[in-house]
Amino acid sequence: MKIYVKFNFNKTCKRVLEEQLDGLGIPYALSGVGEIEFQTPLAPEQKDALKKAFDNYGITIIDDEKSALAQRIKDAITEMIFLDDQAKIYKISAYLSERLDYSYSHLSNVFSETTYTSIENFVILKKIDYAKMLIAENDLTLTEIAFRLNYSSVAHLSTQFKKTTGLTPSVFQRIINKRKQMSQVP
Amino acid sequence: MPNKILHIVLADDDEDDRILFKEAIEESKMKTKLSLFNDGQQLMDYLLGANESLPQLIFLDLNMPIKNGMQCLQEIRKSAALKDLCVAIYSTSSSDHDIEETFILGANIYINKPNSFAKLKEVIEKVLQLNWQYHTSSLNMDNFLLRV
Repeated sequence: MKIYVKFNFNKTCKRVLEEQLDGLGIPYALSGVGEIEFQTPLAPEQKDALKKAFDNYGITIIDDEKSALAQRIKDAITEMIFLDDQAKIYKISAYLSERLDYSYSHLSNVFSETTYTSIENFVILKKIDYAKMLIAENDLTLTEIAFRLNYSSVAHLSTQFKKTTGLTPSVFQRIINKRKQMSQVP
Repeated sequence: MPNKILHIVLADDDEDDRILFKEAIEESKMKTKLSLFNDGQQLMDYLLGANESLPQLIFLDLNMPIKNGMQCLQEIRKSAALKDLCVAIYSTSSSDHDIEETFILGANIYINKPNSFAKLKEVIEKVLQLNWQYHTSSLNMDNFLLRV
């Protein structure tokens, strides 16, 4: 038997952070996406303990400011694509600058400097990644996927999919299904 | 982060191809470290004996003596220590059937060897860039397929 689960990433991550931080016993506040504020500066050994605790969950503390901002941009984009239905009507630039409280040109520059790509390309990559997940699950049609990801048409989704992966959605689906079959053979 | 170095390996029995590949990698704007191998056996010995950190990206030629690319790919996917590595097939074959077969057996990237150096540089830049995103942006590695 198989069951499928869907994550509310925001909630999952927040809960993990809270559990780890509570264990540390230092007052903190979670503000916004991936940001933790401490009333008092952390002692080096406290920071080490936190690093170690986070490491188990694949959470890393980002030390330089630009990379930290780039990470927050990525998280906000992920959240926008994966869960925020309201956000889909926004333009990405308006959404990010409102969410993170910086001008879009600043965000865009920091992002390009630290990630080898642009915000626009990253959004496409992330949307296609989501589309792949939905295609692999096999229970939505391409039309439904296009609608859910806010593409104007199936053709638009297919073209962007092909441009990003070099494969059509149906070839992609065939490959993933065959891989699954193979892994089930003992 | 931009100052991190991307470790890449290539196994290819053709010396000219290795040299061209090395030059193309050196011209990329990413900081890289490249290790070269003449056949699949050398590569597997290296990967299985790697005490230091494993490479982030492996380029495999399909037709090689002693151990070919397909055998390497299958061994990598069966090994608990290596199965999560990102594998790019680097081959002259452009048959849709061959390409699908390598993806089904676990390749992430399929590169049709380009016939000009300019094109090779372009393809490598695209692959490195996308691989980088997969390593830094919590994209789903299981669904990482790219054909160029």
